[in-house]
Amino acid sequence: MGENLKTVTDVTCTFCGCLCDDIALTVDLEQKRITKAENACVLGRAWFKEHGVEQRPFALIGGREATTEEGVEEAAQILARARFPLIYGLSDTTCEAQRVAVALADMIGGVVDSTSSVCHGPSVIAFQRTGKSTASLGEIKNRADMVVFWGGNPAEAHPRLFTRYAVTPKGMEVPRGRKDRTVVIVDVRRTPSTPAADIFIQVKPASDFEVLWALRALLKGRKVDPAIEQKTGVSLTVLEDLVARMKSCRYGAFLFGMGLTMNRGRHFNAGALLALATDLNEFTHWVALPVRGHGNVTGADNVIAWQTGYPFGVNFSRGYPRFNPGEFSAVDLLARGEADAALIVSSDPAANFPKAAIEQFGRIPVITLDPKVTPTTQLARVAFTTATYGVNVSGTAYRIDDVAITLRPAFESPYPSDEQVLTAILDRVRALLGGNRLPPGAPAVAPAPAP
Amino acid sequence: MKLISGRSSKQGTALSAGKLGPAYAEVSSTVEMNVEDMARLGLKNGGKVRLRTPVGEVVLRCKGRDTKDLPQGLLFMAYGPSSSQLLASDTAASGMPLSKNLEVEVEPVPDEAGP
Amino acid sequence: MGSPLRIVNGRVYDPANGVDGAVRDVCIRDGEIVVDVPPDAKRIDATGMVVMPGGIDIHCHIAGPKVNLARKVQPENHYGDVQLRTRLTRSGTGGTVPSTFATGYRYAALGYTTAMEAAVTPLGARHALEELHDTPVIDKGFYVLVGNSVLLYRLLHEGRREEFRHALAWWLNATKAYAPKLVNPGADELWKGYRNANVTSLDDKIGALDLTPRRVIAAFIEAANELGLPHPVHIHCNNLGHSGNFETTLETMRLAEGRRAHIAHIQFHSYGAAAAKSQSNPTSRARDIVEFINAHPNISADVGAVMFGRSTIMTADAPLAYMLRRFGTGKWVNADTENESGCGIVPFIYQDRVYTNALQWAIGLELLLCSADPWRVVFSTDHPNGGSFMSYPRLIRLLMDREFRKEQMARVNQKALNQSGLRDCQEREYTLSEIAIITRAGPARLLGLAAKGHLGVGADADVTIYEEDANKEKMFSAPRYVIKDGELAIEDHEFRVSREGRTLQVAPEYDRGIEQVLEPFFEDFYTVRFANYPVDERYAPHAQIIPTAPQAATSPAGSAPR
Repeated sequence: MGENLKTVTDVTCTFCGCLCDDIALTVDLEQKRITKAENACVLGRAWFKEHGVEQRPFALIGGREATTEEGVEEAAQILARARFPLIYGLSDTTCEAQRVAVALADMIGGVVDSTSSVCHGPSVIAFQRTGKSTASLGEIKNRADMVVFWGGNPAEAHPRLFTRYAVTPKGMEVPRGRKDRTVVIVDVRRTPSTPAADIFIQVKPASDFEVLWALRALLKGRKVDPAIEQKTGVSLTVLEDLVARMKSCRYGAFLFGMGLTMNRGRHFNAGALLALATDLNEFTHWVALPVRGHGNVTGADNVIAWQTGYPFGVNFSRGYPRFNPGEFSAVDLLARGEADAALIVSSDPAANFPKAAIEQFGRIPVITLDPKVTPTTQLARVAFTTATYGVNVSGTAYRIDDVAITLRPAFESPYPSDEQVLTAILDRVRALLGGNRLPPGAPAVAPAPAP
Repeated sequence: MKLISGRSSKQGTALSAGKLGPAYAEVSSTVEMNVEDMARLGLKNGGKVRLRTPVGEVVLRCKGRDTKDLPQGLLFMAYGPSSSQLLASDTAASGMPLSKNLEVEVEPVPDEAGP
Repeated sequence: MGSPLRIVNGRVYDPANGVDGAVRDVCIRDGEIVVDVPPDAKRIDATGMVVMPGGIDIHCHIAGPKVNLARKVQPENHYGDVQLRTRLTRSGTGGTVPSTFATGYRYAALGYTTAMEAAVTPLGARHALEELHDTPVIDKGFYVLVGNSVLLYRLLHEGRREEFRHALAWWLNATKAYAPKLVNPGADELWKGYRNANVTSLDDKIGALDLTPRRVIAAFIEAANELGLPHPVHIHCNNLGHSGNFETTLETMRLAEGRRAHIAHIQFHSYGAAAAKSQSNPTSRARDIVEFINAHPNISADVGAVMFGRSTIMTADAPLAYMLRRFGTGKWVNADTENESGCGIVPFIYQDRVYTNALQWAIGLELLLCSADPWRVVFSTDHPNGGSFMSYPRLIRLLMDREFRKEQMARVNQKALNQSGLRDCQEREYTLSEIAIITRAGPARLLGLAAKGHLGVGADADVTIYEEDANKEKMFSAPRYVIKDGELAIEDHEFRVSREGRTLQVAPEYDRGIEQVLEPFFEDFYTVRFANYPVDERYAPHAQIIPTAPQAATSPAGSAPR
């Protein structure tokens, strides 16, 4: 270990959507690596430990080493030529980079989509149908005396959700922390999260909707057939007890995972949960939050929404933003063979998309920005090595509860940030196209909108 | 049987280490299975099993879980390149491929075959 | 800042400088109004046109967490109203909650050059500034929601008034806000902690604290005046939307006791109880409200007029949105912010045949038409609560065109109209000069923006040029030229440049020792670290800090140039 150590406090961990901002890092400046990450969970410690600076080319073009500038030129040429490019990923980079990515999609008339579409996209679609009651994590810490985790495994995916925000921490109205809370976990299987529960409810696979709907019915005083137990694995007695507890708590919170959204029923499941939380507000205060994976996937939703009106899967090909999940979302576009180029920012779809979507990457030029080598960077025509957000790069990230946090970098990287690379590509594409590309037949100037 | 793919902490720490590293390869090529199902199929911990859906198939190592943890008929694996091979690209107009409770055919693989 | 410009032959309306329609030149150089420019300066022939300072929206909701939730929750609101990209400008979508780029372009295309976002949670300040950064052309700022802050309440509860003032100043600095905002003070604790309850009177007890809305409001009015903020505390009173709430509004205004206070969207706070026991419908008490304001020069208000059609209720008043959810289009959003605020969103449609909606429409007009001092009762629809800012030209026509107004009055629910006092003031027509006051000069003065809202030498060169038209809605819908900071942003109805405007902020002084008082509370009850909470200067790349100074309690009506 080198002698040149420094500590950085109040650092934000961007591994998951909890964005814990209380990490104290010890950095070995000589070796450019983090040797200690105090307060971080097991996932955070690995994230910080493994994001040192590796000796890698700034860019690879067709597998050949290149400079960032050469990469920018090649990427810009690809994007300026493409007729319907896809810009995808964005959940592990800063909002500053996301803004440039959306601008780029707008300029060339492509599609911008984030990992939301394969994560909590259905929760967002459900939100668009019903609205929701939600809260920042501090309200749950300070007030929630009943917490229901549904379809998720925070102990393994968001460990500090339990310890920093929702189960054990002492809060203003729950001064004894864990003792003042009733914790319920609903899942199809036992996981390392299960021991945290006072009440564990094991539902049969793909019957979450039925359970949620039965709870809504009971809440409204309707009769529910005891045969629900055969369908869902949960007895009417358990459901009635749960409803009684939900109605009598002071401040209840649902934290739900992809057990609802990736499952049969997708946005209907998420919608049923959001509707249940809304219904419960007739009796007492209830909120619901999706527990989201990547560090800044929530930022991607926010940035795309404020720039376009829609949260993910936005198509600019007609000269204005259009939204239709299933049509303009990344998996669908690729599987149908529509995208003719792809710019992937800090994401690895080649490792987790359906096979048919991955196969399209083999047919089109792919550009990647990533600090690490991944299956996606390996198939890229242009692969940029970029600095890691939150470790080497400052900027903004949004927590799962929509709270924005400014990242504190620990040490400098020789590699450029995603924002810098994207801005260089944007500038070069602008020069190649002479400004924003206009769809056929569009007016070249903006008429002031008619009243 | 029904396959659930999801996150695990090993998958999480392994992906920080690098997706081309051995740890990630290991977590993304392991499937958890109910012990009674394994017995029925004549599988042991670490034994190989082929999962097949209409779109693709993969061979994975299996790991037993008690019935109270993972009911019969259910399989769990971490998201990754292997689970991708099994996913259909139809998102039912949602953008989201179905990756929980995926109907899969399961068949034991003699040890000399597979990865 | 653009090349020098001379606007010639236009009829100039610059009420702050006593110019009322005189034909004279306006010269611009280096982003400012100047006495003269060289003869070879670019000339804009404004013959047959009206020249005014750029419009200033003193109260709207255009950026930040709740606005983005409202955008996201209504894709249907965007489908039919799109903003095409051009070579120069970004694309976007509209509806009642437009995307950020569309918001900036559309304000500019109506001749507005400044807009103030009226309700941002302190914890949401970073988000609001990010959105404002993507809102082009116009200058902007925001009011920060401090009126339900648990920490500030604790200081008041313990009688620590000095520290309370320092803490308020710290918060304004930490968030880069323009003014403190109160929304239904006291209600959040009841809403979040007492099974969705609400405040009903100024003397309700706030949870377990020895505190009432009355004490909270008085303390903020006092502290904001002591800090010498350019805009005083901006108050959304208790009981918004409830029948009989005018008494709460009057009581709130009395709490100012001669000090400055601004009452937001006062239309929503001017309702009387039902006319008779057998009835349930509210009545108008606009006259009581406006007479009080006429007689109290320390008080100002924006109207919050209601326009028929689609709107989005979005408010930090969560119990209000909860009440309204039954009347909306079927969606309801609630969002609690730890230790600071609540928030509610309900997509809504105002209908001219519905009694309550027609009454609200009439009260908005009644307030404006009965107001004796246009400098203190200024224009707003509380966009998008009372209606979109895109309806401003129509509202201007309703004020300027008696015959048009009578036509519209004939279409609305007549029972409601009869319960309002609108017929009593229906002969009045606003002049162009008065329109220039309620949409420009007045808001600038109430905001303490000395370089805005007028065309005197040294003013910011934010200028709008409208082609005269008998149809005032048409005239105010599409200015021919809009000059922002001395540059022609719009020329012949087309965007020529698109630059980011300024972010307006205040930076009152405070005792740094206050941080030792605040930090322990953050450690215990916030989930963002104290060190990570303040917003840094990167979030406002074109910041302009408006200085604090001792402020006069009154501004004489129709006063001469400053």
